[in-house]
Amino acid sequence: MLTKRIIACLDVHGGRVVKGVQFVDLIDAGDPAALAARHAREGADEIVLLDITATHEGRQTLLDTVRRTARELFIPFAVGGGIRTAADAAQVFEAGADKVSVNSAALADPTLIDAIGRTFGAQAVVVAIDARRDPEAADPVRDAQVFVQGGRKPAGRRVVEWAHEAEARGAGEILLTSMDSDGTRAGFDCELTAAVSESVGIPVIASGGAGTVAHFIEVFARGKADAALAASIFHFGVSSSRSLKEELARAGVSVRLPC
Amino acid sequence: MITVIDYKAGNLTSVLKALHHLGAEPVVTDGNLSFVESATRIVLPGVGHFAATNRLDATGLIAAVRAAIARGVPFLGICVGMQWLYAGSSEAPQQPGLAQFSESCTRFSESHEKVPHVGWNSLEVRKGSRLLAGVEPGEFVYFTHSYKAPVTADTAAITHYIEPFASAVERANVMGVQFHPEKSGPTGLKILANFLSWEG
Repeated sequence: MLTKRIIACLDVHGGRVVKGVQFVDLIDAGDPAALAARHAREGADEIVLLDITATHEGRQTLLDTVRRTARELFIPFAVGGGIRTAADAAQVFEAGADKVSVNSAALADPTLIDAIGRTFGAQAVVVAIDARRDPEAADPVRDAQVFVQGGRKPAGRRVVEWAHEAEARGAGEILLTSMDSDGTRAGFDCELTAAVSESVGIPVIASGGAGTVAHFIEVFARGKADAALAASIFHFGVSSSRSLKEELARAGVSVRLPC
Repeated sequence: MITVIDYKAGNLTSVLKALHHLGAEPVVTDGNLSFVESATRIVLPGVGHFAATNRLDATGLIAAVRAAIARGVPFLGICVGMQWLYAGSSEAPQQPGLAQFSESCTRFSESHEKVPHVGWNSLEVRKGSRLLAGVEPGEFVYFTHSYKAPVTADTAAITHYIEPFASAVERANVMGVQFHPEKSGPTGLKILANFLSWEG
C-alpha cells in the first residue's frame, strides 16, 4: 500500500538552516548536510531543501550545499530556490538533487515547468505554491492568492487555477504552503490543501503549520494530502519522523515503518 | 567493470553515488561501445519518458547490450530502464524496447487514485528472487512512475497501486526494478548490493 510521506524541510539561508514565523523572524537551526542526514536516520521519507533567499539575492551557495547534503543521502531529495532556467535545474540535478522545486520563476514563465519536465521527467518537477486565503474573493480558499519571492509579492494568480496549469504543463507534484499557517504550529490549512488536492491528479504535499501529531492526521484525512512537510517540529527535538510516524500508524494512517 | 549507461534520461548522480557507497567504481558511457563490451555488470538507470530510450538505438549500444546479456553479464534496469527490457510501452508506442520480456508496459488505469504513483510502497517478493534476497515482508521502496509492467511468470516482486504490477522482474542475469533502489534507504542499498554480488 502506498504510504503517506513525511517530508523534512530545511529552509536554508546563507548556507545555514533557519526557521521563521510566517516567513519572517529567522532563527538558526543548524548545518543542512548534518540535519538532512539526521532526518534520514530518524525516518523522514524525503528531504526538501529550500534556499529561501536565493531568488531574492541571487544564488550560488546553493550548489555547494546541495552537493554536500546529497553525498550520503539515499532517500529522495528535492531542492528549490533560485532555479530560473532549465540550465539552473540541470546544475542542481548534477549536484545530486532528485527533484527541483520551482516557484517564482515558474510564475514568471510557466513554460519553465514544461522545459524541465521534458529533459528530466515530470517526476523531477515540483511546483511550489505559496498561498494566502483571500477574504475578499468569492471563494477565499479556492481563490487564495499566490505569492512569489518568498511570500514578498502577490503573483496575481489564484491557487486552484495555478495548480491546474502547473499540472497541465507537466508538474509531478505540488508543494502547497499556507502562508497563513506557516510557522504558527497551529495546524495545516486543511481546507486549502483539500481544495488543491481534489482539483489535481498529481500528489500534493501540504506545508505550513505543523505543530502536533493531530495536525498531520487531520491534513491526511480532511486535507487529502499525499504528503506533509514539517520543519520546526523536528529541528528543536519536538519529535522525530519515526516517533511521529509511529503515532500516525497507531491512528490508522498508512506510513513507512519500520524506517 | 561496472558500466552505467547514460542515455540522457534524467540524471545519473544518485545511482552513481549509491554504487560508490557500496564500494563499486562504476564507469559511465553514453556511446562508447567498449565500455559495454568489457562490462562485468551493466546498470541502465532512467527516469522520465520511455521515448528517451531511442538514444540507445542511435548510439548503437543496443547490439552491444544484447551481446553482453547473451554472454551472461548481469544487467539491471531501473525505472524506465526496467520498462525498456519489455517489448515496448504505450508511453511511446513507436519506440521498441529490448524485448527480453515479451509483454509491454502500460499506463495505470483511470481511477480516483493519483498518477504518477509517487512515494514509498511495499514489495511482495516472490520466492527464489536473488536480486531481492533478504528483503523482508513490509519493507518499503521508493517509486515515482506513471507506467508499469504486468505481472507474469518472470515477476520477482509485486506491488499494489490501483492494480497489482511488477515492481521487479528477474530472469537469469536480466533484472529490472520499477522503484529506485538508490533512493530507497537501507532496503534499496541491500538490493543494489545483491546485484553487485550476483554470481549467476
